[in-house]
Amino acid sequence: MGATSNASPSPPLNSALSSFPSLKALKFTTKQQELLIRVSALALIYVLAFVVRLFSVLRYESMIHEFDPYFNYRTTLFLTKNGFSEFWNWFDSESWYPLGRIIGGTLYPGLMVTAALIHRILHFLSFAVHIREVCVLTAPFFASNTTLVAYFFGKEIWDSGAGLVAAALIAICPGYISRSVAGSYDNEGVAIFALLLTFYLFVKAVNTGSLAWSLASAFGYFYMVSAWGGYVFIINLVPLYVLVLLVTGRYSMRLYVAYNCMYVVGMLLAMQIRFVGFQHVQSGEHMAAMGVFFLLQVFYFLDWVKYILNDIKLFHSFLRITLTCAITVGVLALSIGTASGYISPWTGRFYSLLDPTYAKDHIPIIASVSEHQPTAWSSFMFDFHILLFLFPAGLYFCFKRLSDATIFVVMYGLTSMYFAGVMVRLILVAAPAMCLVSSIAVSATVKNLSSLVRTKSKSSQGSNKPLSGSKAAAKASADQSLPFQKNGAIALLLGALYLLCRYAIHCTWVTSEAYSSPSIVLAARGHGGGRVIFDDYREAYYWLRQNTPPDAKVMSWWDYGYQITAMGNRTVIVDNNTWNNTHIATVGRAMSSYEHEAYEIMLSLDVNYVLVVFGGVTGYSSDDINKFLWMVRIGGGVFPVIKEPDYLVNGEFRVDKGAAPKMLNCLMYKLCYYRFGELTTEYGKPPGYDRVRGVEIGNKDIKLEYLEEAFTTSNWIVRIYKVKPPKNRW
Amino acid sequence: MAKPTNDAQLLIQSLRKAYAATPTNLKIIDLYVVYAVATALIQVGYMAIVGSFPFNSFLSGVLSCVGTAVLAVCLRIQVNKDNKEFKDLPPERAFADFILCNLVLHLVIMNFLG
Repeated sequence: MGATSNASPSPPLNSALSSFPSLKALKFTTKQQELLIRVSALALIYVLAFVVRLFSVLRYESMIHEFDPYFNYRTTLFLTKNGFSEFWNWFDSESWYPLGRIIGGTLYPGLMVTAALIHRILHFLSFAVHIREVCVLTAPFFASNTTLVAYFFGKEIWDSGAGLVAAALIAICPGYISRSVAGSYDNEGVAIFALLLTFYLFVKAVNTGSLAWSLASAFGYFYMVSAWGGYVFIINLVPLYVLVLLVTGRYSMRLYVAYNCMYVVGMLLAMQIRFVGFQHVQSGEHMAAMGVFFLLQVFYFLDWVKYILNDIKLFHSFLRITLTCAITVGVLALSIGTASGYISPWTGRFYSLLDPTYAKDHIPIIASVSEHQPTAWSSFMFDFHILLFLFPAGLYFCFKRLSDATIFVVMYGLTSMYFAGVMVRLILVAAPAMCLVSSIAVSATVKNLSSLVRTKSKSSQGSNKPLSGSKAAAKASADQSLPFQKNGAIALLLGALYLLCRYAIHCTWVTSEAYSSPSIVLAARGHGGGRVIFDDYREAYYWLRQNTPPDAKVMSWWDYGYQITAMGNRTVIVDNNTWNNTHIATVGRAMSSYEHEAYEIMLSLDVNYVLVVFGGVTGYSSDDINKFLWMVRIGGGVFPVIKEPDYLVNGEFRVDKGAAPKMLNCLMYKLCYYRFGELTTEYGKPPGYDRVRGVEIGNKDIKLEYLEEAFTTSNWIVRIYKVKPPKNRW
Repeated sequence: MAKPTNDAQLLIQSLRKAYAATPTNLKIIDLYVVYAVATALIQVGYMAIVGSFPFNSFLSGVLSCVGTAVLAVCLRIQVNKDNKEFKDLPPERAFADFILCNLVLHLVIMNFLG
């Protein structure tokens, strides 16, 4: 068939080649052409994945976004300045005053070590880049690497066409872009690469049964553990997969080799990270892996005994004895461990994934984070677009051609989709699975359709040549079964192309509009349509850095802690790590008490400055007044003297004249609205009109007794107050 | 009762007979596995007597035994001529993989021993 297609166009080809003498040497075979197309497509996808994430760098500047990345940036800076040993043993007294924080033992070092390594390599090659540039561009670089891993993974589960489609889909998938845009220097940027790499290496190990590949997957798992707390997903999905294979009877020797090597070496490597510590043998979340490990030993031992004993009856009695012993020992160990508390139960963060209402009732801090809320359908459509309906199609194709690898991808897809439905943040973990499964659908459909298009032309050429009569008759009858088959196939192919183009347009639009804002610099459209930039946050932090004594302590709500330490370089009371609920509740209590009560709390914590965020002048809605009820709830969770109904009127949260008296006189209200009653914010509205809440504030005549205003930024977004020292006693 | 003990004796005898038929290299690997598991059990017994204070040392000791036992079983699977899945794998390659994995395992154990 290859000869027929080459024979007819060869005269024009030769003439074309003769006109370009240099190309004569480049007469590629079909295989080489295919390789060239694949390699160039992959190279383009690699560059695309990097470039699509650069919107915010082009629009604003190369800076770190949001809150958590500032902590990562500060630790990376420390690592590059002081070396790994200092970093690993770092005790930080600049946060959580007066407790301090053992940073070396409470972070996941993968991201920082990776960025520091890239920085060192670049310096070795004499590119003198600042560490901030490396940090900003780490996430897009690893997103490009993820597309490569997705290509190899797709090739492993289906074929190289599916791999290419998977790489292309994941390069621009908004679910992944949202956490890996340039400037978003967060653990997930590296962790998704590590996750996909671990899964790919494990599937490769199961397919080949080689110890070398399992060792590689153990190293991939180690990288994942060092990068993100979400490694718990891997250590539970892989045993579940092994269990499913055992139950469906698809087990083989390769599975034993792959899982055992990965589990033992991976567990040992993971325990080298101090933050993880001994959790692999003590925590309930990791027990599934250990249970499956022991189950595998028993299972394969029984299999081996059955093989060497040719007698069925004897084997049954042996089976009975062993099973009774194994099950008794297992149940006994598990119950003693759980009852004595040695095996700790599932922690709140992961338990709320199984029971979504748990955090709301018991742990308000986890419930208050906006990323932990359940996902709405609009988020799914926004982040996945056509992948939403390509996913079930891909599942169908996977079930049609079941193999060990496709079973794994199906399980990964289903479990990650369940978790994505429970928590918005986990859409990120589902994104690679969606892309992989959808790529199978796209690749298989396009392959079938284009083979339909090509069979028609081949059989029309074949009918020109003299064939045996029955063969020609059979082919002719097949041609006539669906007369418009070729046209239908071409139409469907064009439809598929249209869908993929819409996907690309949607993804680019979403990236540009929704996921490229730095959160620390706000932009809006002014009256004339020009862009107005609000750089208040950095203005306030640099004022702190330049105008306060170096040992000043700043109290603010925990959202801003990381940014204050990183940019303002001052000690904070609480920050985003939220490891000590009582300390945060103390701050929450101070913010929601009357000024004299709050003053005593602030004196006990040695606070010098208080920082609040206020959006009433600009209409910025993520300010502290909107977060105030969470401060009340968290404070009230530890100190019963703070009661939420005191601040509400008929269950409603109001700041105008009809607000609760405790609300109108609490510290947060006073600090946000101090001198606001004299300001006219909008044309035609009375002075003191709050643009976010949409009402005129209730208490305009605010006098501060124990604090004085130190600094208010140009758009009133950040306000800093100095705590007056206690009066001298005469 | 007579029947179960008869059954048990029959079971043990047939197991012994079947096992005697395995080739010598596999028996050597089995001996190594038994030795590693025995060492692990001795360590657990010692921990039960003395207490588990440097827990990382205890874990690294036990896991090195368990790890090397498991790797030896993997080697046995790959070298066994009766396994159809691994008939293309040269035994030298299997042994080299075994050595590599053991090397990584013991390096990590050295770091973890404390």
